Amino acid sequence: MAITSSHQPVRWPFNLPNKLLFTTVIAALCVALPILVVISFVITGASDAWSHLFDTLLGRYALNSLMLSVLVAIGVVMLGVPTAWIISFYRFKGRGILSWLLLLPMAYPAYILAYTYTGVLDFSGPVLTFLRDVGAPHWLMSPLLNIRSLPGAALMLSLVLYPYVYLLARAAFMEQSANLMEAAYTLGQGRWRVLTRIVIPMARPAIAAGILLAVMETLADFGTVQFFGVQTFTTGIVRTYYGFGDLVGAAQLSTLLLGCVFFLVVFEKASRSKVRYYSDRLRKLNQTSVVLTGWRQTTAQILCVLPVCFGFLLPTGILSFWAFFFAELQSMWSLIVSSFFLAGFASVFIVMVALVICYANRLYPAQWLNHTTTFVGLGYALPGVVVAIGVLIPFGAVDRFISGVLAPFGIAPSLWLSGTLVALVFAYLVRFLAVATGNLTSGLSRIRPSIDQSGRLLGLNQFGVISKLHVPLIRGSVFTAVLVCFVDILKELPATLILRPFDFNTLAVKAYELAGDERLIDASVPSILIVLVGLVPVVWLNRSVTQE
Amino acid sequence: MDTAALMIRNLNLSYQDGLIVDDVTLGLKPQELGCLLGPSGCGKSTLLRAIAGFQELDSGEIWLDNELLSTERRRIPPEDRGVGMVFQDIALFPHLTVGDNIAFGLTGWSDTSQRKRIAELLDLIGLIGLGRRYPHELSGGQQQRVALARAMAPKPKLLLLDEPFSGLDTELRGRLASEVRTILKSDGICSLLVTHDQREAFDFADRIAVMHEGHICQFDTPFNLYHEPTDPFVAHFVGAGEMIDATIEGPRSVSSPLGVLTNDEDLEFPINSDVQIFLRPDDLIHDDDSTYQATLVGKHFRGAHHLYEVKLDNGVILGCLAPSHHNHAIGEMIGVSLDIEHLVVFPK
Repeated sequence: MAITSSHQPVRWPFNLPNKLLFTTVIAALCVALPILVVISFVITGASDAWSHLFDTLLGRYALNSLMLSVLVAIGVVMLGVPTAWIISFYRFKGRGILSWLLLLPMAYPAYILAYTYTGVLDFSGPVLTFLRDVGAPHWLMSPLLNIRSLPGAALMLSLVLYPYVYLLARAAFMEQSANLMEAAYTLGQGRWRVLTRIVIPMARPAIAAGILLAVMETLADFGTVQFFGVQTFTTGIVRTYYGFGDLVGAAQLSTLLLGCVFFLVVFEKASRSKVRYYSDRLRKLNQTSVVLTGWRQTTAQILCVLPVCFGFLLPTGILSFWAFFFAELQSMWSLIVSSFFLAGFASVFIVMVALVICYANRLYPAQWLNHTTTFVGLGYALPGVVVAIGVLIPFGAVDRFISGVLAPFGIAPSLWLSGTLVALVFAYLVRFLAVATGNLTSGLSRIRPSIDQSGRLLGLNQFGVISKLHVPLIRGSVFTAVLVCFVDILKELPATLILRPFDFNTLAVKAYELAGDERLIDASVPSILIVLVGLVPVVWLNRSVTQE
Repeated sequence: MDTAALMIRNLNLSYQDGLIVDDVTLGLKPQELGCLLGPSGCGKSTLLRAIAGFQELDSGEIWLDNELLSTERRRIPPEDRGVGMVFQDIALFPHLTVGDNIAFGLTGWSDTSQRKRIAELLDLIGLIGLGRRYPHELSGGQQQRVALARAMAPKPKLLLLDEPFSGLDTELRGRLASEVRTILKSDGICSLLVTHDQREAFDFADRIAVMHEGHICQFDTPFNLYHEPTDPFVAHFVGAGEMIDATIEGPRSVSSPLGVLTNDEDLEFPINSDVQIFLRPDDLIHDDDSTYQATLVGKHFRGAHHLYEVKLDNGVILGCLAPSHHNHAIGEMIGVSLDIEHLVVFPK
């Protein structure tokens, strides 16, 4: 073989443009697959369990999901908007450090916060023991005891999701031009009226986008609601699948959840499109902020410290304490290795696919390609549970097919795809491809077409442009994309739980299992590891935001 | 046109939504500085992209130094054309120093000759000693000059400049256009500038091609474009002015609302035909002794002179230059007279 091929003229092994387009279309089909599979089951008619589900449980799932969403929406606004407002418009001691400390709760998956507070607020735990000792009244102790409830879950979710609102509202406040506010003042408007008539209305699309992102995450949450025993769509789907072994019912429930998410995505896109109008090159508002002193300063500090304290500092302190003094570390090393290996491999793979898609878009600015990429972006909105069900069904079918083909050769049926890491990596690809393309697109868009053209006119061909110009220029965004994917995969619970191969554990799954066995102290080790790794991109993200 | 450096023949270019450049023929002599001047959307940038090799041709030919660069079937890739380009957004490579940016196109040059060329160009653009800086450490004007040096470095046969000054402030723009002209002239490099700013075009070019809706209306020296426009669009686009109705009276004379005007050469219109003549503000001067009176309807003080707007009896409003100290009030009747040697006449 080697001899014959050496006589061939040396040629590039493939036709680059077609390969790029081909990969993009395949990636779009991958993302579409779980959605289409899940939706197709609506048409196939009701399963046996479905009518039972419909009669008894569906109403409860829907009502709980709705109430949870509403409470979280209120929670993230109460935590996110005032803090963004204070940080944007006032100067006080500690403002600089608080402005990024406020982002840190993002590092927490809500379920880890849930385990931690449950452990702390246990009946025989330190807090309630102390309160009983000092004779605290019942009305104070009762809500703390009942943290494992729907309002409790809403609180946990709000504490980790408010940074979405904070981040977007802060950016919107800071983008507003000082000239507009000053124009309002010269028109005789007082501070309060400027706030309510100019500043807040102009930031409303950004705040709405933040709320919608938080609600999407809420609907996708499985770990928290499962642990707190709140029955929502996601727990319903898992229960229908595991409890009743009814994949069809699970798919049909998934469709309902998907419908809700779809509406949220549409609203989110609509409010985002309005956000754009408000950025301009005028003098920025934050240059005119008011310096606070005395009790006003203290109030501002307290308001900003509270979310950080309960969303990050306190739980991190508790987890570290447990992990350091009580937890058993024996089995953790293999867990760390397998988690990091899986997340590392999957994130590099996802970013490679994303690179191809981004390049296809750059080299062929065609409309249909653009739509395809937007479609790929929808994967991130899919709840992990839905992705898992959507992957399980077709992969299971392929497994049965392969087993059928191999049966005459005396090979026993097995889970060739669905029980392996292939299914899991595929699900991660569907769910997190958008994270990678988002990061890479912003990196690539900073390389204007004229840079490419300059390179060509100075003697480079298309590959030269990529290797000599693009590679050094987008190295940073590739790294960020891998990092963010890595962390998201490490945190992802439901998809991993459902699709992992038998006996394969990750940090997230182990934390879930230990917490489920009421071994909350032992769960602290995988939990704190997830949080610490999760901190890296949050800090990174804040750095890039403030640099811009 | 045998000695032409750049030769474009019957070029047609289009995007999906229609023809952008329509049957354009254009030639540049060696060492000539040309300019494509026109409003946005007239096709000038597309034409430039076609010369650089980034745009497919519908039909026509592009030649450079007797080498065929593009036809509708064949396109030499941009990197093999020997064409340099300076971009509107400057497009310096942000991860390379000024020196490395300039040296980027010098593949195959020895280290010493590269260093020599960089030093030579830094000297030419007046940035000696800044070779180790990064682009973001330079001012906008300095960056644009580095972009120019980078494009000139491999000694291209043709240099294209795509609105290179439009990102800069007005004052800098005019100065840089003359500076770049001097640099390119001293290097003797054939160049083509694209711009929508006529002052920039006048500062830069030997000859200017005025483009409108995909056509070249006139390709001529700045002086001729201003004083002898052959096309009403050119007359209006280059400098200010208005058309007034007139009738041909004799071989060299025209009767107009402002009296009988005489041309310095024979007119190519039959006697008694209705025509339009194009008057610039500097053709009509304010003269208190003139018998012809017009109403002053607008005035703009320009320091060295007044630009008056005067209304003739027939309602036509014309621009009129007046000495700086002749300060009249709006509504006043003032005397105006024509100071004109060469008439710009268009058929009606």
